[in-house]
Amino acid sequence: MTDPDTSLRLSNARQGMWKPLPAITQRWKRLSLNLAVLLYLLLATSSIEVNWARVSQGMERGIAFIASFARPDFLSRLDEIGLGLLESLTMTFVATVIGTLLAIPVGLGAASNMAPTPVYLFCRGVITISRTFQEIIIAILFVTMFGFGPLAGVMTLAFATLGFTAKLLAEDIEDVRKDALEAVKATGAGWLQWVNYAVQPQVMPRLIGLSMYRLDINFRESAVIGIVGAGGIGATLNTSINRYDYDTSAAILILIILIVLFSEYLSGHIRRWTA
Amino acid sequence: MLELKRVSKCYAGGELALNDVSFNVSAGEVVALIGPSGAGKSTLIRCINQLVQPTGGEVLLNGTRLDQLRGRKLRMARRQIGMIFQNYALVERLSVMENVLSGRLAYVGFWQSLLRRYPPDDIRYAVDLLDRVGLSSMLDKRADALSGGQKQRVGIARALIQKPDLLLVDEPTASLDPKSSRQIMRLLCELCREQSLAAIINIHDVALARQFVSRVIGLQQGRVVFDGTPDDLSETVLTEIYGMEDWQEPGHD
Repeated sequence: MTDPDTSLRLSNARQGMWKPLPAITQRWKRLSLNLAVLLYLLLATSSIEVNWARVSQGMERGIAFIASFARPDFLSRLDEIGLGLLESLTMTFVATVIGTLLAIPVGLGAASNMAPTPVYLFCRGVITISRTFQEIIIAILFVTMFGFGPLAGVMTLAFATLGFTAKLLAEDIEDVRKDALEAVKATGAGWLQWVNYAVQPQVMPRLIGLSMYRLDINFRESAVIGIVGAGGIGATLNTSINRYDYDTSAAILILIILIVLFSEYLSGHIRRWTA
Repeated sequence: MLELKRVSKCYAGGELALNDVSFNVSAGEVVALIGPSGAGKSTLIRCINQLVQPTGGEVLLNGTRLDQLRGRKLRMARRQIGMIFQNYALVERLSVMENVLSGRLAYVGFWQSLLRRYPPDDIRYAVDLLDRVGLSSMLDKRADALSGGQKQRVGIARALIQKPDLLLVDEPTASLDPKSSRQIMRLLCELCREQSLAAIINIHDVALARQFVSRVIGLQQGRVVFDGTPDDLSETVLTEIYGMEDWQEPGHD
């Protein structure tokens, strides 16, 4: 049962010579792979062109932008900022709830231990489409379809949430402990009862964690997709940048940071509380 | 060699896991620790190598107070104590040889272990131990490819390569079938005799303990209620340790 390689390595080890088995056993394959990676790295590095004159100019502008953080202007556009934030928060909540609710059936269908192959392939397809397109591209599509405003934003975020949550939920479902699945199935429970008793308790902490995480991703994304016309604080931010009103932009960015920090703190609490 | 003086452990919840436990183990002595689940057997052996910090009493190994050691000194003391676990506790994604050599970690530096450059003597000894437990042809197998009995043999080799003075063995046979259980117990006891190693073996299979060891300590709710030879383990004593039950089990000799 010992192949020649093993007996050679064993007799070497008896002499005190041993190295772990390399991940790629053939020497030439291993060396050429290393060489290829090194070559690619060199070529890639050498292809980067840096215009140092432009960088030094840009530095000044960048510093001006950052310096405006030192004197953020919350007041002159207070109404717009308030409305924008409220709209963004509303969009975020609505989109997260809709997206997560849709992600549950899709995630179940996309778990290979839960669903028959056709359902599995369909749900994986939905997830792939949602995850292929960046939020901005989806937002542009929905703005074209529904016009400017928060409706397009909600649709975009809900769609992105669906793909994200369903994929990670499906992976968690595929990792649940088999013995509980077997035990509940052995009682003669129906499919929904099976899911409710054997799967749901095991994946609930993960689902709650994911939806909280997605809530703060969605809030940040809402600032970005606003730039292409999908409403919310992004629209306000975009307007202020276009007017070179960096002091207002700084105020908006600071508020976004604070809200994200707060939601981070909140989600930590909720996850501990529901664990 | 090992002395426990009035060792207690009170967990944060207020639960008293060990209550005033005292006994000595001399060099080369193999002791079985029996008692029902929750009697404190696992806590007791973990209080010896300080994986669990006792809340009272003294643990002395060769005259050194282990419970007062910290940092590097504690690591050097742990090096003298090999541990074997119930569910093998191998690092499943490492090879058999890497698992065994991990028993030398306290002897080699970080870079040496990162690059797997172990001293030739360590490598030779690892192969000798694998020969001894009958697994040298498996040296490149990943640990998760082994059967339960084989994993426990690797676990034993990993503990012995530390060249310990004392072995702490936590339910070595609980996950094994009766035949592998006997083989593992026999191997452990033979190795202890060969190397005049002291060992404390947690075991809940009383018949198995009787068959292999010369001294038994019974633990009940964190207290030592029996300390003697297997022959002294009468029905009355077993009832005291485990509670009322019919101890005339079939196959009893």
